[in-house]
Amino acid sequence: MTTTERDHGASPPIAPGRADIKARTLRRDRWWLSPLVNALGLATFVVYATIRSFWGSAYFVSEYRYLSPFYSPCFSASCVPGSSHFGTFLPAFPPWIPLAILSLPFLLGFRLTCYYYRKSYYRAFWSSPPACAVAEPHSKYSGETRFPLILQNAHRYFFYLAFVISVINTYDMIVAFETGIGLGNIILLVNVVGLWLYTASCHSCRHITGGRLKHFSRHPVRYKIWTTVSKLNTRHMLFAWITIGTLILTDLYIMLVASGTISDLRIVN
Amino acid sequence: MGYQAKFEVWRGDSSGEGSLQHFDVDVEEGEVVLDIVHRLQATQAGDLAVRWNCKAGKCGSCSAEVNGRPRLMCMTRMSTFTEDETITITPLRTFPVIRDLVTDVDFNYVKAREIPSFAPPEDLEPGEYRMTQIDVERSQEFRKCIECYLCQNTCHVVRDHDENKQEFAGPRYLMRVAELDMHPLDVRNRKEDAQEEHGLGFCNITKCCTEVCPEHIKITDNALIPMKERVVDRKYDPLVWLGKKIFKREELEQRDATGKLSLDDAGPENGSPLPADSIGPIGS
Amino acid sequence: MAPGTEAAGAAGGTTPDVTHHTYDVLVIGAGGAGLRAAIEARMRGKRVAIISKSLFGKAHTVMAEGGIAASMGNANSRDNWEVHFRDTMRGGKFLNNWRMAELHAKEAPSRVWELETYGALFDRTAEGKISQRNFGGHQFPRLAHVGDRTGLELIRTLQQKIVSLQQEDHARTGDYESDLKVFHEFTVTELIKDGDRVAGAFGYRRPTGEYICFHAAAVVLATGGIGKSFKVTSNSWEYTGDGHALAMRAGATLINMEFVQFHPTGMVWPPSVKGILVTESVRGDGGVLRNSEGKRFMFGYIPEVFKEQYATSEEEGDRWYTDADNNRRPPELLPRDEVARAINNEVKEGRGSPAGGVFLDVSSRMPAETIRKRLPSMYHQFKELADVDITAGPMEVGPTCHYVMGGVEVDPDTAATSVPGLFAAGEVAGGMHGSNRLGGNSLSDLLVFGCRAGAGAAEYLDALPTAPAITTEAVDSALEESERPFTVQGDENAYTLHHELQQTMNDLVGIIRRADEMETALKRLAELTDRIPRVGVVGGRAYNPGWHLALDLRNMLLVSQCIALAALERQESRGGHTRDDYPTMDENWRQQLLALTFAPDAEGLQVKLTHQDQTAMRSDLFDLFEMDELKKYYTGDELGGHRAGQGA
Ligand SMILES: Cc1cc2nc3c(=O)[nH]c(=O)nc-3n(C[C@H](O)[C@H](O)[C@H](O)COP(=O)(O)OP(=O)(O)OC[C@H]3O[C@@H](n4cnc5c(N)ncnc54)[C@H](O)[C@@H]3O)c2cc1C
Ligand code: SF4
Ligand code: SF4
Ligand code: FES
Ligand code: FES
Repeated sequence: MTTTERDHGASPPIAPGRADIKARTLRRDRWWLSPLVNALGLATFVVYATIRSFWGSAYFVSEYRYLSPFYSPCFSASCVPGSSHFGTFLPAFPPWIPLAILSLPFLLGFRLTCYYYRKSYYRAFWSSPPACAVAEPHSKYSGETRFPLILQNAHRYFFYLAFVISVINTYDMIVAFETGIGLGNIILLVNVVGLWLYTASCHSCRHITGGRLKHFSRHPVRYKIWTTVSKLNTRHMLFAWITIGTLILTDLYIMLVASGTISDLRIVN
Repeated sequence: MGYQAKFEVWRGDSSGEGSLQHFDVDVEEGEVVLDIVHRLQATQAGDLAVRWNCKAGKCGSCSAEVNGRPRLMCMTRMSTFTEDETITITPLRTFPVIRDLVTDVDFNYVKAREIPSFAPPEDLEPGEYRMTQIDVERSQEFRKCIECYLCQNTCHVVRDHDENKQEFAGPRYLMRVAELDMHPLDVRNRKEDAQEEHGLGFCNITKCCTEVCPEHIKITDNALIPMKERVVDRKYDPLVWLGKKIFKREELEQRDATGKLSLDDAGPENGSPLPADSIGPIGS
Repeated sequence: MAPGTEAAGAAGGTTPDVTHHTYDVLVIGAGGAGLRAAIEARMRGKRVAIISKSLFGKAHTVMAEGGIAASMGNANSRDNWEVHFRDTMRGGKFLNNWRMAELHAKEAPSRVWELETYGALFDRTAEGKISQRNFGGHQFPRLAHVGDRTGLELIRTLQQKIVSLQQEDHARTGDYESDLKVFHEFTVTELIKDGDRVAGAFGYRRPTGEYICFHAAAVVLATGGIGKSFKVTSNSWEYTGDGHALAMRAGATLINMEFVQFHPTGMVWPPSVKGILVTESVRGDGGVLRNSEGKRFMFGYIPEVFKEQYATSEEEGDRWYTDADNNRRPPELLPRDEVARAINNEVKEGRGSPAGGVFLDVSSRMPAETIRKRLPSMYHQFKELADVDITAGPMEVGPTCHYVMGGVEVDPDTAATSVPGLFAAGEVAGGMHGSNRLGGNSLSDLLVFGCRAGAGAAEYLDALPTAPAITTEAVDSALEESERPFTVQGDENAYTLHHELQQTMNDLVGIIRRADEMETALKRLAELTDRIPRVGVVGGRAYNPGWHLALDLRNMLLVSQCIALAALERQESRGGHTRDDYPTMDENWRQQLLALTFAPDAEGLQVKLTHQDQTAMRSDLFDLFEMDELKKYYTGDELGGHRAGQGA
């Protein structure tokens, strides 16, 4: 997957002795549907997230203290007053630097190296493989054995950082409740719950909390945690997609409210 | 039920050359694809080669590709197809053909031999093994494997790249490494080997092995990814490395498993002598 | 003997297309018995070849579900070898070879513990020991198990031990296969002798049809059973009675062939899976049998000899699962022959299920989660093959041919047959289980006697003055026999003949037998003796199932004749042999063994039957039983040796 050209459609050469079947696959179901849907879903998110990260405005509703997750934490002097919950120790940024430069790369890294997303984009964007028992169009393959893909092994560090960022997002969410409760609060809450579920169900988390142990019986507490994380882990894919949805929704809602396009639906106050 | 089905069965020999042959064949209620292949043998093609054994999904012999999907023929019910559908059966694509639906799966036996065997603590006597259920459960899941090799066949690392067969053990045997690494009484360190000898890095966790496993073993989630994480502990985690340096927590688990036992010193230590039986042979 | 050397093509001018290999020990069969024998022989310094018709790791043993019986006493500390011995003898209705039963009961725990050192992972008790479950006929929970896939664990463990020995060899010699080699997908068609000693074996590679002659002074038969002679069976295509037939043709004796175990619970629907086993653990873990009226009919079928050990009310039976010490077990857990006959009778009297079986229900007895956990492969099997959810409703089950108690007569201590150099262990050996095998006693039998056969073969070689030799004529004649289906202008079809044979055995020598039916069966089998040599095949030698079946047929026929002949002779009902015309057990028949040898006559009957006396049980073992119990099985004369009779 690292060093190859793509040549669509052509059937791969058949290794000696193997059944000489020319078709790339004999599957008759719609195997191409899943990679297609994945590609569209991921592309939507990437495009949206990129645009919004560079947008530079309509990310904070000061009245209700709603801060978009794409702009948290905001440390720059350019941040809208009130949106910097932890101070502004960085100077003003030029417009081509996203305000959340301290978190976005790590969040991006976290998701890029996520075991689930890896599966999803290897299949959807790199056709490696496009679906099971469907030949991939590359003539060579070295998987994650070399640079750059060997870097996927760094997922754990992104997890550590993402954990911190989730704490920050949680703080943002709680702070927003100071002004009462509106639909925005609910959306922020749902998003944060989603983010936690996604983060806690991470394979690295599963490993660190207990998976690395040889004897669960000697570590009953960690075994309990591992069991819970393992249960969440079976739904990791679900959480991965839910959080894509909630992130977009949260940001969109805040953008619309912050830009005055709609007004927040208030429940208390 | 009871109808005529249309079948296309790949027939060919060890040169790999062959083609799909068409058959019209009776199907009765409740039958599986393997039943139909047997009917073909008994009525239309006496020499049609197919490998099978238990006909109950227990031995993993009857792997083939049905309509392009890797499956056990004995566990593929005819009722999952419509009556007018043509059903195509081809041999596993990743292994060399012997004849018709039978392939040469020796690759897997070669890989099995490359995984160092279970290495228990040396001083532990038979009968003294104590393990709790929660400690054996993870490895037990992997031991459900019936060695049907469907995962080995489907994994694109070797399916689409025959040249990787040298360096890549395949999901079934990487899972075996994980099984031993998680075995509560195995004392050998297997993490570096997984990456360096058995090609764990080739796996890009795209989960086709899990998708085709007839035993529903969560190969990727429970064996391969945890193994990747264990490798990270060893090879790529500066925190763990630092921790080990500071706290001198050298792992206890370093020992080479290939014992020094050999044919030259057969005997009690080398063998399992029959327990002394105080009662003499029959009649005495 | 020094480790032999490869002698490809060098054995003195036999037919050019036969390859030759030389080993110390040749193990035919890669099931539990064969692998354990090979391990033992290899660890005793012998060079070993293992031969198997199927792929390595897929022998029939893989299908065993319930567990391995061994009195480790983990679940109930009152269990010990004496109790196990008693249960085994009772299960076999005292027709067992008592010395085998004794060795088996004594050594089974060590053999199981040994598996753990090879890497086996059994289910555990709370203290971390091997968990043990209940099974029919066993007084205490005794079966070491892994869910319901114990056979898989057993065979995989032994397979991995073989691999580990090969790794040791590799470290020493640079070759994985220098001292222990597996020839899989290879069928042995004939044993070859030098005078009266075994000298090797002849056969063909299934994938290519290439002929190979093995030179070996010791041969261990571990080829399993004969189930494929019956139509409804839990056995696979491998079970064509090859080992039984090979041994007979080599001059060995078979005993107890009339005793064929019909497992009470096989699937009955859909038709194509009829016979596939439903493990006894379903009942051991609480499943109950009901007829179409919803009645737990087994309470009406407790035979006199078992009256004391079994519950008489449903309440007591149910209490037993939680409090086994103060209650008697439910009659669903009677030995298999009793349950199979009961089901047969319910169906015959019109109280069967729609598909002609009875109902086996766990769904009303345990939560769905527990069922999925304890009986995963049963859950799976019914879901995928019959579209039945066993956590929601009952299964339909009926008897299926499962196991042959009869087999090659062996010396209990060494597993040696009457032919020097020929050993037999596992299902192919006879005697150990008497007239009926208890569940779980086979896997332990494989390990105990597999190990002993390996040791026996090694010791035989150590004492052997000169190595036997194989003559060209012997190889040529074996070759000719294998080639026959290609050379005859055959008008018979192998598949059709196989079908006829199975139907004959199923209908006429099945679970309930009658003299006139068996006579008919013998007549039909004699006709087949004529027709089988006329089977022709299409295609070449490479992986040709038609040819394979044609060659297997003669073994199935020989074994079928043994069963029918012995079954006709034994005029009583006992264990796996039930006569409609002699419905009761007769103590005069207890010490009679029916022995069969190969002796083809002009009428197409190929076997000769003789009566043989059973050796009397050693007195210390005899004293393990109470007089009251022995009286049910023994004639008055035989009871003299008991402690009760001697005032001890
Ligand atoms: C469905 C099922 C469930 C069972 N469950 C249990 C259980 O829970 N507990 C228990 O104790 N028992 C159980 N049994 C019985 C037990 O599994 C068998 O009796 C036992 O496995 C037989 O083992 P074996 O080593 O004798 O032979 P097998 O394992 O049958 O092996 C026979 C070997 O011989 C080879 N062979 C045969 N003929 C030839 C030839 N001509 N040339 C070369 N090789 C040949 C075969 O390929 C195979 O490798 C069960 C049986 C079945 C069918
Ligand atoms: S997850 Fe890994 S081992 Fe499994 S099929 Fe995909 S690449 Fe192969
Ligand atoms: S892991 Fe699953 S798919 Fe792979 S060989 Fe084992 S049973 Fe088959
Ligand atoms: S976040 Fe997906 S696996 Fe870690
Ligand atoms: S025949 Fe055993 S798995 Fe299909």
